[in-house]
Amino acid sequence: MERIKNIIRDFGVPRFIILAFLVALFIMAPFVGADLPTQITNLLNRFSWNAVLVLAMVPMIHSGCGLNFGLPFGIIAGLLGGTISIELGFTGVQSFIMAILFATPFAIIFGYLYGVLLNHIKGGEMMVATYVGFSAVSFMCMMWLLLPYHSPTMVWGYEGKGLRTTISLEGFYDKVLSSFLEIKIGNLAIPTGAILFFAVLSFIMWSFLRTKTGTAMTAVGSNPVFAKASGVNIDRIRTLSVIMSTWLAAIGILVYEQGFGFIQLYMAPFNMALPAVSAILIGGASVNKASIANVIIGTLLFQGIVTMTPTVMNSMIHMDMSEVIRIIVSNGMILYALTRKTNDGRRA
Amino acid sequence: MKFDVRKFLADRSVPIMFIIICAVCIPLSGFSTSYLFNEIVTRIVRNTFLILSLLIPIMAGMGLNFGMTLGAMAGEIALIFTSDWQIWGIPGVVLAMILSIPISILLGALCGTLLNKSRGREMITSYIISFFINGIYQLVVLYMMGPIIPILHESIKLPRGYGIRNTVSLLNLRQSIDNLVSINVAGVKIPVISFVIIILLCLFIVWFTKTKLGQDMRAVGQNMEVARAAGINVDRTRILSIIMSTVLAGFGMILYLQNMGNIATYSSHSQIGMFCIAALLVGGASVDKASIGNVFLGVILFHLMFIVAPRAGTVITGDSMIGEYFRVFISYGVITLALVMYETKKHKKKKMTKEGTENEK
Repeated sequence: MERIKNIIRDFGVPRFIILAFLVALFIMAPFVGADLPTQITNLLNRFSWNAVLVLAMVPMIHSGCGLNFGLPFGIIAGLLGGTISIELGFTGVQSFIMAILFATPFAIIFGYLYGVLLNHIKGGEMMVATYVGFSAVSFMCMMWLLLPYHSPTMVWGYEGKGLRTTISLEGFYDKVLSSFLEIKIGNLAIPTGAILFFAVLSFIMWSFLRTKTGTAMTAVGSNPVFAKASGVNIDRIRTLSVIMSTWLAAIGILVYEQGFGFIQLYMAPFNMALPAVSAILIGGASVNKASIANVIIGTLLFQGIVTMTPTVMNSMIHMDMSEVIRIIVSNGMILYALTRKTNDGRRA
Repeated sequence: MKFDVRKFLADRSVPIMFIIICAVCIPLSGFSTSYLFNEIVTRIVRNTFLILSLLIPIMAGMGLNFGMTLGAMAGEIALIFTSDWQIWGIPGVVLAMILSIPISILLGALCGTLLNKSRGREMITSYIISFFINGIYQLVVLYMMGPIIPILHESIKLPRGYGIRNTVSLLNLRQSIDNLVSINVAGVKIPVISFVIIILLCLFIVWFTKTKLGQDMRAVGQNMEVARAAGINVDRTRILSIIMSTVLAGFGMILYLQNMGNIATYSSHSQIGMFCIAALLVGGASVDKASIGNVFLGVILFHLMFIVAPRAGTVITGDSMIGEYFRVFISYGVITLALVMYETKKHKKKKMTKEGTENEK
């Protein structure tokens, strides 16, 4: 009995509730007439869209910068990459590769500036990150209107300038990853390419964390005093982690767009940080500890709830409570993680 | 003490920047002076009470209370009930205020308890709490009102039979306090009673800082360890400061909505915290220091910018959306700037005390 209690405590009560809720949804799904293969396809699809964005949390958590609420900052780099690639007339797979290439310098510059800023405010990263993200998004709202984009697929048809709020990716990089090596069995479709892409990035991240620099990053996060004593340049490592996070966010949004099929501009990146933050927390990460396994489990659980609740709940009680449940679950999880006692010495 | 001009200006950089923005935008926008005065008076009446509710947690060292949204939600729930019971006019406002108190206390106590568990990152926690409680609020208002919580009148219910409509009209309550006694000064309507209420709250806050509890809060805000050593119950004091802030925010929201004349059930509260905090910071407040003067200066400057920016933006760029986005950007930018300045100062201080103790060794 003691042991079971301990396991539950380590796992965390909210996580346990979420898991039980999801299992219950899956058990109920066939009874309310939901088609299981379709559900699993939905889940896998949404997993492949979002996983890279969640992965972007890992470097900053490792280096002790906390949860990256500034994710929109990186997303903007990705949006710039995507729009520039289309503007210059690339199509198909090429446009995706070029989008990544164009996004990279922006991500590195943004990440560097953002990292330097965060080094000045150690201990208060999360709140500042949130508002840096917001400011950047609202600043870019003006820029999307003012920057000299001309591609007729992207600008408002009537005025001939200013980007549209949503841009269709058909003919560009719509589903370039998802349709690559796609496996179809009846109603079940597995977006192999997108999952492989995530797997490659995860593997790189996993191996990076085992290199000398990667170990130093973990050391900076878990014990800065020790890291400093062993000659690690804390500020440099932290900046590096922020650049990595920002770059992954940029790539993450491109992967999301290729699955979703549209580029969403203006206020859309605004609320993209919270789902990613809560996903990694649901997966078992804490404010200063995260692994690749947390990313995978968390994204599956979070997206599972997002996809399963509307169908199951709707057919059960004829009320669409999914949106409310999503808000409560995701923010409740972040709240739980923030109110956990962390060893203060580690955050000094 | 020599008067240092540079320090004086540096400390007031945000208000000065805003004065410049307004000075440039007002002539461009082409609004008449009396129109601007009328608008500003309306907005002072509407927002000051809400912004004042932020002062107490700042005094207690808990930073900007993003959880003031909780009070706003409590106020909205109370108003939904009074309009369902068809109690209008001044009695309606007073009853709503009374009803909001228990809800605010409950939410404030919850918020305070959670903030005590997350010392050092109160702001981000209170920010997330406001999202979390917003979820609960939607659960209650959208699903429970009707089947579980009795709602008498169909007019405020959604056509499907449960849940509250997206807007609840407060037409019979609209500006009942503002219009009670109002005088006209050179074409500007001044609602006397509303100003009296705001001044009373200011006096209350001034008085409160001098009471035992107010002094305790100040001590806790300055140094928790010292306060604890002096026998102050730190946790309790911090929770009380949040409860007071939440209750005041609830009152503030009711006054705000009686001025507006309707409740946007699912969106009225969502931005209110951000706008109030931005206004306070524009007035020259920082995360750890704010005064009543900051509130008034802030509400005037911030809303002046808010009124003139869209029109000025249209004149400059020929695109009406630029001005809209510009004012949103400025709101967020001001908060970001204030947070960065505060955290940099804190980080520097921490570094200095650390080096100081190392030197002593």
